[in-house]
Amino acid sequence: MSWRLWVPLLLFAGFLGLAGYQLSRPRNDFVESRMIGEKLPFFELRPATSDLPGVASAQFADGKPRLLNIWASWCLPCIAEAPQLERLREAGAEIVGVAIRDRPEDVARFLERHGNPYTAIGLDDLSEVQLGIGSSGVPETFVIDGQGRIVYQHIGDIRAKDVPILVEKLGKLGG
Amino acid sequence: MIAELGLAALWLAAALAALQLLTGALAVRAGEDGAEIAALTRPAAVLQGVLAGFAFAMLLWVFAVTDLSVKLVASNSHSMKPLIYKLSGAWGNHEGSMLLWVTVMALAGGLIALIERRLPERTMQATLSAQGFVALGFYAFLLLSSNPFERLPVPAVEGLGLNPLLQDIGLAFHPPTLYFGYVGLSIAFSFAVGALVTRQVTPDFASAMRPWVLGAWVFLTLGITAGSYWAYYELGWGGWWFWDPVENASLMPWLAATALLHSASVLAARDALRAWTIMLGVVAFSMSMVGTFLVRSGILTSVHAFAVDPERGTFILFLLMLYIGGALLLFALRAGTVTEGTRFAVASREGALVFNNVMLSATLAIVLLGTLYPLLTEAFDVRVSVGPPYFNPVGAIFVIPMLLVMAVGPLLRWRQDGFGRISRELALIGALILAGLILFALIGEIDLLPLLGLALSGALAVTSFLPLKGRKLRRTPIAIWGMVVAHFGIAVALFGMASESAFSQERLAAVRIGEETQVGPWTITLAGVAPVAGPNWTAIEGRIAASYDGGEPRILRPQARNFWAPPQETTESELATRWNGQLYAVIGNESGDGRWQLRLWWKPFVTLIWYGGVLVALGGVLALVGRVLGDIRRRAFRRRLADRRAEGLA
Repeated sequence: MSWRLWVPLLLFAGFLGLAGYQLSRPRNDFVESRMIGEKLPFFELRPATSDLPGVASAQFADGKPRLLNIWASWCLPCIAEAPQLERLREAGAEIVGVAIRDRPEDVARFLERHGNPYTAIGLDDLSEVQLGIGSSGVPETFVIDGQGRIVYQHIGDIRAKDVPILVEKLGKLGG
Repeated sequence: MIAELGLAALWLAAALAALQLLTGALAVRAGEDGAEIAALTRPAAVLQGVLAGFAFAMLLWVFAVTDLSVKLVASNSHSMKPLIYKLSGAWGNHEGSMLLWVTVMALAGGLIALIERRLPERTMQATLSAQGFVALGFYAFLLLSSNPFERLPVPAVEGLGLNPLLQDIGLAFHPPTLYFGYVGLSIAFSFAVGALVTRQVTPDFASAMRPWVLGAWVFLTLGITAGSYWAYYELGWGGWWFWDPVENASLMPWLAATALLHSASVLAARDALRAWTIMLGVVAFSMSMVGTFLVRSGILTSVHAFAVDPERGTFILFLLMLYIGGALLLFALRAGTVTEGTRFAVASREGALVFNNVMLSATLAIVLLGTLYPLLTEAFDVRVSVGPPYFNPVGAIFVIPMLLVMAVGPLLRWRQDGFGRISRELALIGALILAGLILFALIGEIDLLPLLGLALSGALAVTSFLPLKGRKLRRTPIAIWGMVVAHFGIAVALFGMASESAFSQERLAAVRIGEETQVGPWTITLAGVAPVAGPNWTAIEGRIAASYDGGEPRILRPQARNFWAPPQETTESELATRWNGQLYAVIGNESGDGRWQLRLWWKPFVTLIWYGGVLVALGGVLALVGRVLGDIRRRAFRRRLADRRAEGLA
């Protein structure tokens, strides 16, 4: 039996080890916003539904920390996220929504079906806010401090395990 | 109901794969006494194929009617999409493409069970058992971790759509084509394992395996060619190969399959290269699986990777360990007992084919290393990306000698030959290359690699027809024609690649409406810009008048599209094709003062890259037809012989 016949198996074992090691490491491929630590850019969005006010960057500088949730009624993960936003609201968080490329009637239908955790929702037809604060998709959630600075970015839908993290971030800011 | 029918069929198919694994293994173990149990294996394989096909048909159905209670439909389709993209949405995602993979694998397994009669029955049983084993793992993957028929607790209001980049007719058919290739190689893998188990690596085994490898290779060639053209015109980057992990994932099995094809020919014709052929049979399919793993586990980042999920990655890694690890272990234990077969001289057809095999394998190793290198360095927390600066020159070290030998090899005789006998042809090749080098060096300043490519392609184009010299063309076997066409296709593609890289001209211009700009021999005028709308997108469309060398202008309409479900911007380039190349136009943003960004390329002879690819595939089809016709004829002859003998006895 020739030792050379074992070479392919050994090489493959090396590949397996490497791939296994890589798989076991936590991934960090998130596209993090460069805006973290910066002030919100200026924007004024008209209301996305008739029963809630719109959103403007000026509102964030009143000393109260808030969550800024980027979402859309056409986004499936946003449906999964809705109950967690509800829990955040129950924990005392103030949540401001920005609906991306949406229609008022769709926004209203979504809120009716999946609950309404928002104090205000602005309609962002041109993805102006989304691009301005460096978000790369829906849903995304930003923690904004009392001076209107972006403190933390959560990419993707908020899951149950993320709720305490966000509550803690808000708590540290005195919210 | 439809989704549940599909799921039930999938479970049944999985059970049949398990049965096939079991009866095949038992039959191999029992040998002569196992005829009764062996009789179950073939029907199990056929029925498994039918059921998997049925499950896939059900998936197509739920996509066709946009059943939004099925999770996969809701997250990958949209009621507004045209029907063709609804259907292609069925395989344009992880779960659906895995189901397509399993379906093709099961159908191919059913087909060998139905028609393959050349192999000794015991090897056949081992092969089908191995095929059942491989399929079973993929069924488990689908049913336990990637169920395509999963229902949503609450049906979605509307689907999330399909990645707009994928909404393209080329891409609708590109993945299935590649899958036929990948999965066709699973048959070669099972054959190799079967032959190792029964230690019967014979010329018969090679001729039985060869049509499957040829078929898979044709699909891979077409898939890669189509994928490259798709990337070229859809991504709007103006290039045709990016050495992206996903591209490499399809190139690596192709390289292995090309080597396997040639080495199986040696085994079939001369009973040599037994262990090597088996090895390549294992490696070719392994490369398909490694590629799948790299693309889906998310451990490599790529421009067009699938949704990533470490859990799925772990599952595929486990399958890799089971199948590839198992096959390589079997190889290490058994290949020593498979004697190497007939010996041959270095200067012989076998010698040339071995050289080609070694070079192909080396190229494969280079590509694999380059693809895995970022993974290796990331283990030490260094992030690098390996691109064309590595792949092009390092690959050329092995590809250029291989191309040279490819020109010579088919002229050599089997077993033993001398280069003296073909000295005239050798001189012709040398003269052609030299003439090409001088000619193209005079034309302009060309980098070394494109220059070599241009000179070599000319010589190759001529020499690929030399094997026909002295033959009666009508009586030349179709398989020889196949080889000639495939080798000529390589020369054509090589010329396209070298010409594109040597002579391309690029122009990035900001022009007002009515203004003119130049790229190469083209005069471009921006005639207007207007908004347009499609079924699920809006776009700005530029109207560009392009005139070649002062001739009649053609109107091109490149677009920058905005899709809204999901929101995404894409650029739709527009191409003007002439016999001697393509003008490639992309429109960008308005730059504020009424000027529009235009990106223009003039690429001489670029289309030859893909014509060459199609010729290579056509060569494969001819070879396949030739082999299959030969087999049928041989079978008919044997039957007549047996009939005559029976008559003589009676």
